[in-house]
Amino acid sequence: MTTTSIRVNETPLVLYVLRRADDALILGHRLSEWIGHGPILEEEMALGNIGLDLIGQARSLYAYAAELEGAGNDEDRYAYLRDAPQYRNLLLAEHPNGDFGQTMMRQLFYSAFADPYWRAMASSRDGTLAAIAAKSEKESAYHLRHASEWVIRLGDGTEESHERAQEAVDQLWGYTGEMFECDAAERALVAAGTVVDPAALRDAWDGTVGSVLSRATLTRPKTGWMQSGGRSGRHSEHLGLLLSVMQHLQRTYPGATW
Amino acid sequence: MTPGQKTPNTPLWEVFIRSRNGLAHKHVGSLHAADATLALQAARDLYTRRGEGLSIWIVPSGAIIASDPADKGMMFEPTVSKVYRHPTFYDVPDEVGHM
Repeated sequence: MTTTSIRVNETPLVLYVLRRADDALILGHRLSEWIGHGPILEEEMALGNIGLDLIGQARSLYAYAAELEGAGNDEDRYAYLRDAPQYRNLLLAEHPNGDFGQTMMRQLFYSAFADPYWRAMASSRDGTLAAIAAKSEKESAYHLRHASEWVIRLGDGTEESHERAQEAVDQLWGYTGEMFECDAAERALVAAGTVVDPAALRDAWDGTVGSVLSRATLTRPKTGWMQSGGRSGRHSEHLGLLLSVMQHLQRTYPGATW
Repeated sequence: MTPGQKTPNTPLWEVFIRSRNGLAHKHVGSLHAADATLALQAARDLYTRRGEGLSIWIVPSGAIIASDPADKGMMFEPTVSKVYRHPTFYDVPDEVGHM
């Protein structure tokens, strides 16, 4: 039996849900890569918890995408049987962990968006998305708090931790613009009240990130050209490597169960 | 910082969890963390993953004053012979019901 990559009929809402599901799965998987490598046992558990929260969000979203698509796909097929160009996640989410400071900075940038995003989505006209949002909002609020506390301590810590935290800011900043993109298909969903306009979350994100960076004595880069492409499947080389690990078992032994 | 501490950057903290309203905080374990805020977060992540708690207390381990195990005889043995301190010598009237 061979299993090739699945095809997905990406209606605007299916595509929208897959984009958010992929963000959560890929970032969650990245955090799982810390298992066995955490700086201290306590932090390893924290990273694992956050990763599991995100993978849980991804599962709910994939299950909803499967229901919307109605083509016999399910969460496992979306996760294990799509190639990198079919993944719709933010480039920020697939960015390698780097050092602990980079991981926390990436988490801060994402969570500072996810927190107000899910809060706003809780009043979506789509009942399923509203329910997923209500659960995810509490999780994201904690992720934001955890990442903020670490960024503040690393930035306002030793000379070396400050330097490395600043490098993380500079390196990741160009990946933050993609979160606020909204293409034509999404704009129609915004107009219908199904989803929120990400541009409306910009001020909240700027406020949160600005205040954390300033407490961390870190310099906020000037916003210039932003990386983009993840939403339409144009990914960095890092995603392919991530998927080759994550999908290894299902690709090598198709349909394996245990 | 307690002298001779093995992990000066991440001292030891004791964790107490209250599982329900009306119950007391109960000692559940300890952890290492850089400061009180991170200790509270670590306690949440380590000790409340399965819905164990509604409230967390964190105490620096160094702030706990403990009895010396060597004093066991002086501290605790004198009570062994004083069974009359247990409220087991009274008949509870039936009307009181279950206590």
